[in-house]
Amino acid sequence: MGTQTLYDKLWNSHLVHEEPDGTTLIYIDRHLVHEVTSPQAFEGLRLAGRKPWRIASMLAVADHNVPTTDRTQGIADPISRLQVETLDSNCDELGITEFRMADVRQGIVHVIGPEQGATLPGMTVVCGDSHTSTHGAFAALAFGIGTSEVEHVMATQCLLMKKAHAMQVLVEGPLGKGVTAKDLVLAVIGKIGTAGGTGYAIEFAGSAIRALSMEGRMTVCNMAIEAGARAGMIAADEITIGYLKGRPFAPQGELWDKAVDYWRTLHSDEGAQFDKVVRLDAAEIKPQVTWGTSPEMVVAVDGKVPDPARESDPVKRSSIDLSLKYMGLQPNTPITEIQIDKVFIGSCTNARIEDLRAAAEVVRGKHVAANVKLAMAVPGSGLVKQQAEREGLDKVFVEAGFEWREPGCSMCLAMNADRLESGERCASTSNRNFEGRQGPGGRTHLVSPEMAAAAAIAGHFVDVRNF
Amino acid sequence: MDKFICVEGLVVPLDRANVDTDAIIPKQFLKSIKRTGFGPNLFDEWRYLDYGEPGMENSKRPLNPDFVLNQPRYHDAQILLARENFGCGSSREHAPWALDDYGFRAIIAPSFADIFCNNCFKNGLLPIVLDTASVDDLFQAVTETPGYHLKIDLEQQSITTPNGIIYRFEVDTFRKNCLLNGLDDIGLTLQHVGEIKEYEARRKSEAPWLFT
Repeated sequence: MGTQTLYDKLWNSHLVHEEPDGTTLIYIDRHLVHEVTSPQAFEGLRLAGRKPWRIASMLAVADHNVPTTDRTQGIADPISRLQVETLDSNCDELGITEFRMADVRQGIVHVIGPEQGATLPGMTVVCGDSHTSTHGAFAALAFGIGTSEVEHVMATQCLLMKKAHAMQVLVEGPLGKGVTAKDLVLAVIGKIGTAGGTGYAIEFAGSAIRALSMEGRMTVCNMAIEAGARAGMIAADEITIGYLKGRPFAPQGELWDKAVDYWRTLHSDEGAQFDKVVRLDAAEIKPQVTWGTSPEMVVAVDGKVPDPARESDPVKRSSIDLSLKYMGLQPNTPITEIQIDKVFIGSCTNARIEDLRAAAEVVRGKHVAANVKLAMAVPGSGLVKQQAEREGLDKVFVEAGFEWREPGCSMCLAMNADRLESGERCASTSNRNFEGRQGPGGRTHLVSPEMAAAAAIAGHFVDVRNF
Repeated sequence: MDKFICVEGLVVPLDRANVDTDAIIPKQFLKSIKRTGFGPNLFDEWRYLDYGEPGMENSKRPLNPDFVLNQPRYHDAQILLARENFGCGSSREHAPWALDDYGFRAIIAPSFADIFCNNCFKNGLLPIVLDTASVDDLFQAVTETPGYHLKIDLEQQSITTPNGIIYRFEVDTFRKNCLLNGLDDIGLTLQHVGEIKEYEARRKSEAPWLFT
């Protein structure tokens, strides 16, 4: 086979059929399902008189619509409730494993898959959700799909696709103190742009990536889609294997040993060729803050809001103008002078235990600033919440003036009751700063958990390295 | 899926880059469990002056007169002219459903986000990539010429302007064939049932932990 990239290995091991023009049937090992993008697929399947091909490959959870406040009364919004009940009844009817709202294992689909060991190295993992790229942190080929493809996977266990180009993002050296996986991936997006990865599968590599925990690696791969790449991935190593050992869906005993032997082969071979290589020096990355309405609109915390007058490309200049208008920002304003109204620590990007620990350390013994109307910490799953509570992190957050919530997607996309009001400005650990994403007229600045926590205490952005 | 062969229609220019699927169809409308009815809420936050919620009577809502889709000269447009990286962000297929339900049949842009592009083809909506200079020319022409129509011929892979200028475009052969014939992907894949089963049997022996 010659030298292969990790992407080549994952692709080739799932190839079922290939047409001369490169259109390929790829086998899917794990199909994660949530309530928003699945009802029409289940209905399509039913209308065509088809059954799911392999029910054991599916794992379902409601996360987008669920309340993060008291759940004993169920979901207040009748339309949200119907969507969640539709998932419940589809799973009941077909015998699909689902973690319901009262189950401690419930949480954000991209948090619970890895947490349960349902995401394993060497798998193809899909979900009707663009942040499925998260699972690539486990040396899996993981990508988001639309609802028609959700139905396609249910019916055939395969997807029709063409192989993407391969990009390597090589980040060497140590990250500085106070600089996180989130800053690293925001810096990558700032460098290559939100469309820089379009048509590519990105492999993140280099010593800075290898030094990350699985939580950090998931944060990086999660945002591959924000650089335009459907899939992000990282080679398997001892950190990957250590994370998976003993997880409920992970293999046990002899099968575990056999699997581990295979997983150790899941890396790009020495000398493997990529269509594109992007290099970053980890030591040069500073804490990042987005200022605009696209994740590529990002600067270091010691930087300033850009001046559209300095942009020569008319389309880009107009984008900056529109963004600054929407964000209510003046050109050349230092980032640290931007005052915030709300703080959101959560989402499939940054709601894992390590994220909560890091944020809690920043707020411990301090209090949220008077101008901050709401600061919330939303764990990624019931199990993350439980773990955080065992460590007393909930008390740290609550004593600092944060609200400690139930798990779900929450204010990352504001599909439930958690949202920004028009004009409100939020320091958010989520992944998208699009117009209206966190609520109509809401203004989102993407940051790391540490940076969000520090902003909550100061009432404006601060450089967490000096905090 | 509806066939796509030829479309001749009015063009509307949406002059901004990186239009994301959250803008195309905001999240509150994703609570629907149906595939249809998203058209009135296409670009909801730009199109209306109030905050839209599911179940509202959209015809009574205040329109934003500055938004291009609301300008009378672009009513009933079938072709959307857009800028780079159109459809980025969320994988929601509700975005092409909304564009289709509104009446669009094709989108022309210098580039599209991958998942969105894929979702369009599954819904009989044709995403056409043209180089930036050609898109710039079309933006200028459509802005200067009321009633500007384009003729899109998928078979010939051509776009013809009212002056007879022809732009050629590339399209994946497989996708083209599916659109021209209105073929259903699942039906096509199920022609390979034998190979899928063979693959599964082989994989099960190599990597049994994937099948527990």
